[in-house]
Amino acid sequence: MNDLLAARSQMGMSLAFHIIFAVVGIGMPLLMVMAERRWLTTGDQVYLELARRWAKGTAIMFAVGAVSGTVLSFELGLLWPHFMEFAGPIFGMPFSLEGFAFFVEAIFLGIYLYGWDRLSGRAHLGAGIVVALSGALSGIFVVIANAWMNTPTGFTMVDGRPTGIDPIAAIFNPAALTQTIHMTLAAYAATGFAVAGIHAFLLLRKPANAFHRRALHIALLVGGPAALLQPLSGDRSAKMVAQHQPAKLAAMEAHFRTESAAPLIIGGIPDEETGQTRYAIRIPYLLSILAHGDPQAEVTGLDRVPRDEWPNVLLVHLAFQLMIGLGTVMMAITAWAAWLAWRRQELSEHRAFLRAVALATPAGFLAVEAGWMVTELGRQPWIIHGVMRTADAVTPMPGLVVPFTFFTVLYCLLTVAVVWLMYRQIAKSPTAEDWQRIYTPVLRDA
Amino acid sequence: MPDFTPALLVAVSLVAALAAYLVMAGADFGGGVWDLFATGPRRRRQRALIAESIGPIWEANHVWLILAVVLLFVCFPPAFARLSVTLHIPLTLMLVGIVLRGSAFTFRTYDSQSDDVQRRWGLVFSWASLVTPVLLGVAAGTIAAGGIPVRPSGTFVEAYIHPWLRAFPLAIGVLALSLCAYLAAVYLTMETDDHELQEDFRLRAFGAGIGVFVTAMFALFLARRHVPLVWQGLTASAWAPGYQVVVGGMALLSFTALWQRRYGIARVAAPIQAVLILGGWALCQYPYLLPPDLTIAAAAAPKVTLELVLAALALGFVVLVPSLIYLFRIFKSRPQRV
Repeated sequence: MNDLLAARSQMGMSLAFHIIFAVVGIGMPLLMVMAERRWLTTGDQVYLELARRWAKGTAIMFAVGAVSGTVLSFELGLLWPHFMEFAGPIFGMPFSLEGFAFFVEAIFLGIYLYGWDRLSGRAHLGAGIVVALSGALSGIFVVIANAWMNTPTGFTMVDGRPTGIDPIAAIFNPAALTQTIHMTLAAYAATGFAVAGIHAFLLLRKPANAFHRRALHIALLVGGPAALLQPLSGDRSAKMVAQHQPAKLAAMEAHFRTESAAPLIIGGIPDEETGQTRYAIRIPYLLSILAHGDPQAEVTGLDRVPRDEWPNVLLVHLAFQLMIGLGTVMMAITAWAAWLAWRRQELSEHRAFLRAVALATPAGFLAVEAGWMVTELGRQPWIIHGVMRTADAVTPMPGLVVPFTFFTVLYCLLTVAVVWLMYRQIAKSPTAEDWQRIYTPVLRDA
Repeated sequence: MPDFTPALLVAVSLVAALAAYLVMAGADFGGGVWDLFATGPRRRRQRALIAESIGPIWEANHVWLILAVVLLFVCFPPAFARLSVTLHIPLTLMLVGIVLRGSAFTFRTYDSQSDDVQRRWGLVFSWASLVTPVLLGVAAGTIAAGGIPVRPSGTFVEAYIHPWLRAFPLAIGVLALSLCAYLAAVYLTMETDDHELQEDFRLRAFGAGIGVFVTAMFALFLARRHVPLVWQGLTASAWAPGYQVVVGGMALLSFTALWQRRYGIARVAAPIQAVLILGGWALCQYPYLLPPDLTIAAAAAPKVTLELVLAALALGFVVLVPSLIYLFRIFKSRPQRV
């Protein structure tokens, strides 16, 4: 493994690991707050129990997210010093704002987790709301910085150096809006579906458990609408990519030849050597419609892109298909839930529905990972699209396979520990005896 | 008087963020060290007090480091790039320490309360708490010693190991560790109203405080031969005599207060002493960011970036300061019940 590939692998692995925890850090606080609010308004102790248990899971995930995020902020320099030297002053503003958003999030999460007995109900709920808002905000700032790498603005190149730097223009880069909306919705969809799936699984084993039923409802209320809105945001994203990163769009769609009235290619195995995609389904005109809103529009293919500026077409195309497929599954489940609810059927008693939700537990997170593979691998060979190649950004230090191996082993061990701890938390969900306690009125000291 | 350019203001903010990190997060690391060295009949209660004291605040305290890194790469990108290349190995090890400290502490809180499981996570947490400040100190010592070249040269060992694996950076590493342990012990006397525990941490504060003094003197001795910038600054500069008096005075004050069990005074004097030690380093280096060649002005990003970051800092602090006060008022206004 050469040093560039090792550095890319380490960065990719670190991001793939961190994003799980970052997404949970955005989604879970909303679930906790919804449960706590229902407790405050209805007085139903089950909701309090739910909020407390979700908070424990959030604490574990947030801690790992905080430290793995720190790793990333250093890795930007440890692996890509030339990129950071170039880009820091241009795209760094969102990071400084993110620093404060993350600060607020960490402060109020500490208050939320340890303050159950020290704050009034309203103040405690307020702390949770601040966590949910600042969590979403920090995610948005980080994604703005990533969007800049896709559509860099706010400077002009003169003799290989950036001049006329405008950090505000860099914040409002063309990809910023579509990418942040897409990622924020993804965070709510992924968390909502993962939590709904776990509680659906437990409902299948212990039907009519009020704890899991309430949990399922809240989780679907967060995950469902996000999953329904996501295709709209995805469509905006695709049009933006078509305009600013035609090579990425061509790789996503396995679109080798520039043509008008281009068909949409679903599935299949693209072959970069022959420029053919085998075993695919083709829907006439649809790519032209999706990319440019016109069935006759010309869609740039990879033939217009110099061969050494192609991303890995096979990986990008397959990751994109996976993301779309999983998104469709989540949308279908949401539609089913809406249909059942409209028919006034209790979701938590419909076993086929519960089975589908349980099966979809990892769908959102897999879609998030696949989506990031699309945007990151699809940008290659560039680290800053059209401006700096990834190969020119890497650190001169040799032997990068060593830290890559090191962090991989470390993160594998952490994954095992987190999975074990989450399993413990979930396995401890309330039993019959707990109900006695939960339903017994508890006096809270204000 | 130096000219307060935007670049200098950002540099001052950077030092301030590091100082906040030292007196807040440093004490959390120190807590981990005292978890490792918990001894005697009150071992369990010591550990419980440490865990309760850092539990609600360590994640917030940790963000100061992220803020410092962000300020460095947004406002002084060449310095960040050079540091990241030469200090790749110690910084990577430090990251491993940060990851293990934070996750092991949280896992211990939420895993089975059986002794075996608690001890296993506790060991990871406490060893990581010990190693991380040493590596941060090593990085700081390497910078002060002028060990960050424009570009690495020579063999792998010459370029990526030799700059930091030397006596002075290592001494600063031990100094950083002693400071963290000292701060933690002093703070912990205020976290409980259990007199036995207070005595335990009072003794530990004396031990760590002596450690701070000895390593600081040893580092100064090394600086005389190897790091003239620091030696000159601390002994021969215009501000040196006043600085010596104030640092010495604070050290004396915190020790006397500990002696007389007036923990409230020690709780204030000790972090001031720590901030002054860090500030002394910064003053020695001025106007260099990376001695001997890269100045604050030369490393600075374009003015527009610096001004925007300063505006963001001002705005951020309006939100941050009340939030931090709220956090500390909730959890630090009365002793923990163990």
